[in-house]
Amino acid sequence: MHEMSIALAVVDQVESAVRPAGASAVGRVRLLVGELAGVVPDALAFSFQLACEGTVLAGAELITEPVAARARCASCDRTWPAGMPPRLSCPGCGGASVELLSGRELRIADVSWLDAPAPPPTHEER
Amino acid sequence: MCRVLDLQQAVLAKNDACAHTLREELAARGTAVVNLLSSPGSGKTALLERELTLARERGVPVAALTADLATENDAVRLARSGVPVKQVLTDGLCHLEAEMLGGHLDGWLPTGTRLLFVENVGNLVCPASYDLGETLRVVLASVTEGEDKPLKYPTAFGLAHLVLVTKTDIAAAVEFDEVAFRANVERVNPGAEVVRTSVRGGEGVGTLLERALAARDDGPAHIPVMTRQSHHLHDDPEDRIGERGTVGSSRS
Repeated sequence: MHEMSIALAVVDQVESAVRPAGASAVGRVRLLVGELAGVVPDALAFSFQLACEGTVLAGAELITEPVAARARCASCDRTWPAGMPPRLSCPGCGGASVELLSGRELRIADVSWLDAPAPPPTHEER
Repeated sequence: MCRVLDLQQAVLAKNDACAHTLREELAARGTAVVNLLSSPGSGKTALLERELTLARERGVPVAALTADLATENDAVRLARSGVPVKQVLTDGLCHLEAEMLGGHLDGWLPTGTRLLFVENVGNLVCPASYDLGETLRVVLASVTEGEDKPLKYPTAFGLAHLVLVTKTDIAAAVEFDEVAFRANVERVNPGAEVVRTSVRGGEGVGTLLERALAARDDGPAHIPVMTRQSHHLHDDPEDRIGERGTVGSSRS
């Protein structure tokens, strides 16, 4: 199960990105996961919770948005849903000069958080 | 106030960057990496031992690194070939990553090595996602595993430059349907070469070594469709670094 490695990579990248922006508690991370990315969203959600503990992402919600795999034939210009298991030779002309239009994504789309309220003035103890 | 930071970062960007650097560093030293993936028990070690022995006999400088969760059994077997071999124990991790591999090569990989064979952890799921800086990715499947293996593990088979069928000496006994297997590979990876091998039956001797040497000199002969992903979804992180200011610094 490499989802834990994936989750740790997500947390690491999000932390690095949001710290300079001043986030103190990330609320939500949106992830695009292609059909052919080889990642199981449920396993990732489980790992994500653990990976977030003790970081600025603690308690953050992970939203995984599936991306369907689509392919295009360079010979006849046909496009089709690759499906699962994928069909990556052209169903029209049988050609193999095919490119994948989508389906391998494993990408952090965006991160959101609520700005912390301004801290109350500190009371210096005397 | 709710704030949203548009990242659009590839999750595996760090591994991909490490792999890219490793590939370039090794190429500068004349070494190409061959990444071998398969299920446990499909015969990676036996086939690799044969090809390493052949390389030594032919005077081709090669080395091998084998990864397992536990035991040094595979390194002991591969070392019988007489070439430099290193065992990596992953302590339970189900795959190798580029940074780990690079760390294990420091101070070990002999100068002048032309091919470094990496026997990945036996697993057709997790290792498929990690580029190790290889020039050639080879996926093996034994005749006992069933013709539909390429359909069950489309990412692994779909990203292979070369597919090897192993244990063909017992193909008839287990009623392996080679035509169906080839059709299934073609479905997920059109144009990929599928070669029959058998260590016990002496079939396909030297194929792995020859394909690896050819790829080292001229690059892989086959580029899988799955690696030809269109960049229309602003997938290329390199292009977007400038747009994201501070975010760009998080990539390493």
